[in-house]
Amino acid sequence: MSIEMKKNSQIFQDSNNTYYPEDEQQVSSVVKELYKKNQPTELVGLGSKNFIGNKIQSAKKLSLSKLSGVVEYLPEELYIKVKANTPLEIVEQELEKNNQELAFEPIDFGFIDDGKSNKGTVAGHLSCNFVGSRRFKVGSMRDHILGFRGVNGKGDIIKSGGTVVKNVTGYDLSKLVTGSFGTLVALTEITLKVLPKKKLSNTITINTGDKKLVNELFEKISSSSSEVSGAVFIAEEPKDASYDHNKEMVFKFNDLEHKGSFVALRIEGDKISIDEKIKALTDELELNKLDKTILDVHQSTPFWKKINNLELFKQTKNNLLRVVIPPSKGTKLMQYLGNKYKYYIDWCGSLFWTEVQSKKNTKVSEIKNLIKELGGYLTIIKTSNEYDYEEMIFTVDDTRLLISEKIKKSFDPKRIFNPGKMYRGI
Amino acid sequence: MSELVLPKIDKATINKKEYIFKNLAKIINPENVLSHADDIKPYETDALAAYTQTPLAVVMPENTEEVSNILKFCHKENIKVVPRGAGTGLSGGALPLNDAILLSLGKFNKIIEIDFENKCVVTQPGVTNLGITHAVQHKNFYYAPDPSSQLACSIGGNVAENSGGVHSLKYGTTTNNILGVEMVMMDGTVCRVGGKTLDQEGYDLMGLICGSEGLLGVITEVTVKILKNPQVVKAALIGFPTIEEGGNAASEIISSGIVPAGMEIMDKALIEATDNFSKAGYPRDAELLLIVELDGTESEVDELLKQVRSICEKNNCSSLKLSKNEKERLSFWAGRKAAFPACGAMAPDYYCMDGSIPRGKLAEALLEIKRLSEKYKLPVANCFHAGDGNLHPLIMFDGSDKEQLRKTEEFGAEILKTCVRLGGVITGEHGVGVEKRELMCEMFNNTDIQQQLDIKKSLDEKNLLNPGKVYPILRKCAEEGRVHVHRNEEKFPDLPRF
Repeated sequence: MSIEMKKNSQIFQDSNNTYYPEDEQQVSSVVKELYKKNQPTELVGLGSKNFIGNKIQSAKKLSLSKLSGVVEYLPEELYIKVKANTPLEIVEQELEKNNQELAFEPIDFGFIDDGKSNKGTVAGHLSCNFVGSRRFKVGSMRDHILGFRGVNGKGDIIKSGGTVVKNVTGYDLSKLVTGSFGTLVALTEITLKVLPKKKLSNTITINTGDKKLVNELFEKISSSSSEVSGAVFIAEEPKDASYDHNKEMVFKFNDLEHKGSFVALRIEGDKISIDEKIKALTDELELNKLDKTILDVHQSTPFWKKINNLELFKQTKNNLLRVVIPPSKGTKLMQYLGNKYKYYIDWCGSLFWTEVQSKKNTKVSEIKNLIKELGGYLTIIKTSNEYDYEEMIFTVDDTRLLISEKIKKSFDPKRIFNPGKMYRGI
Repeated sequence: MSELVLPKIDKATINKKEYIFKNLAKIINPENVLSHADDIKPYETDALAAYTQTPLAVVMPENTEEVSNILKFCHKENIKVVPRGAGTGLSGGALPLNDAILLSLGKFNKIIEIDFENKCVVTQPGVTNLGITHAVQHKNFYYAPDPSSQLACSIGGNVAENSGGVHSLKYGTTTNNILGVEMVMMDGTVCRVGGKTLDQEGYDLMGLICGSEGLLGVITEVTVKILKNPQVVKAALIGFPTIEEGGNAASEIISSGIVPAGMEIMDKALIEATDNFSKAGYPRDAELLLIVELDGTESEVDELLKQVRSICEKNNCSSLKLSKNEKERLSFWAGRKAAFPACGAMAPDYYCMDGSIPRGKLAEALLEIKRLSEKYKLPVANCFHAGDGNLHPLIMFDGSDKEQLRKTEEFGAEILKTCVRLGGVITGEHGVGVEKRELMCEMFNNTDIQQQLDIKKSLDEKNLLNPGKVYPILRKCAEEGRVHVHRNEEKFPDLPRF
């Protein structure tokens, strides 16, 4: 070990064998040392999404929490460049000052973990690439990353992308690292695309549990040019006592009268265009024939916040699955889930958040097989204490796994970063 | 253009030419293997016509299995492969190599499935970009990315280049509009990524392959997202007396929070040229013309147009015309779409550049290009995708004059370096190809490039798929910048090549 490295390891390492580098150069030095010693290491930020993915067996931890702060924010250029582990809340507050936002609606995973907000860091969100209700309209987080800097598994500082939206210079590594669960790069800097905040939002709710109607509504909404920016179906809760019955509590709004299931759709813009869109949707969806209510902006905004905080599954002790399917397969999946599972549908019929009670671990495999048949994929976001890990947390086929292994090696040949977090061997 | 350095020709491959032809004819229909000089002549170049190379043979497989078998054979026999879509690329990404098979996807020209329920189209890669929109427009749907070559360019090529277009400002480029791809790796492995679902789990291989310029895999199927036509689309044609005022208005529109469906800039040279060419009725007295298109609901569009008008008036616009109907809106675009051919009518040759800059630097970039035009004594016409800062300066020159050729190249490189200096990049949508290979070093250092090469190596360890593209041929690029080679004399014969 070089003198510099010895000095570094003394400075950064606390008694828990965690390194706390303060800048990119120090991250590089630490990783070079880990690479040399062949030491598997868990990358951590603020730990808000630590429960997602496989457990890692590693002696060392690399905390990137000190790499925090806004590097450059140019509202007129619609981007913000931050040190990778800047808390998301700080970014949101910064953007708010200029009436801008991250259009992809990051999910606050704190609620399902311990019941309160814990938004984590930008790097954490990027590593997961799980986003909220606006996805079917504006894309996911990977569509909003303009560039990054980071350190690969050999300790080399690398960068890709930039700050401009049109950029085809070299491979698009920003996309590749997004959703890679920290298995490729220790991120040090991220540039995000930002957009003007929508002025107002209204929400139309339709009381129905009729599967056919729900899917018809989703199909019409996605074919509409009225720019609906959120479309969910909240299913009635199963009677089973092993599920928390908190739906009435979570969605308690003056104008939302519901005893059972309901569809909710969001319209955004200024007052005139919202009214115009509601009028158009009333015709397109034949809303006058249905039992509907409209939530004004004071109710609409918190409604979608609760959706994107997954508050329906607050502090769940059960397994929580994130299922993505082609929307046309929605009826089939709804039929399977019936009223045995607690679930809601987001992304206008494409995304099912489903809770499976802890004693039904075998059911997870059964659902997974069904999802594969339907042409979708499934991620186990949270596992119950009784979960036995026989089923893989992520879905992957052999060919993609093989290619992923090769790509992993090109960034991190000794599998230093988060080994096994996604798949065995990666 | 000046002589180009290409990967060293593998004599062993050339020597076993007949053996290769014979085997290829066993893998696919012999009629689909072209090796006669007359037959392969049309494939010698793509739309960067200044460079030509004769491929060893042209093969035209008809299905994925054939592609896989060809690649397996080439992998085993160490034969280079250059994939080609419609050959409309502007950066030489499909330029053949003397010792390589040119793999044309031209026979992959069918739409496999139109799925309105899941809002997607599953298609073979040889189908044209516009062909997809044509297949779904009867139900008022369209495919959003619209490169200006959309009539001819193939969707597979769009994936390879991550093509954009006028409307990518609001609707994104190819990478934001595809749901799935099937690709064949160099060893013949067939890999399917994504499908009809939003996003995919695991490493974003679709994001990686999109824009990889045919270096990582051969696309054999694409699933694209289709969108419903907007309720109302209106455009404004706005003239400005100076470059600064027009440039500033464009960046102010974006910073005010308006997201136009498209926003284009043309300079005086092009206003006149295109107006002569297509009689679009452009304001000929203006130094700069801005076309702003907005879509959405009627009131939304009207409100936004009001805001655009006020920003432009504040910036001293000399004329402002709103489209009254669809016919007039299309006429506004007719001139812009004729920009390239109009340039072709003004000079024997033109060289189209493609850089991106921060939108706030539009005026600065335009003025710098004007200064460079005077320095090199070569006329230049500018059309920009102003909304996303993507510049297309068109340098006009006479290709038969060697000195002008050299100057044009230098001028072009200086424009792209200016883009990087202003905080931008060397290619916004045309790709690096062979054209801007050596300029990669303006943006990336050797470590950055090495990481990209490591990815390439992990998926194509023998470097057989489209070698010599995107990445600098000379390893010490960072020190040397752009490489010029005259009379085939390489500057650094002792340096390793990859």
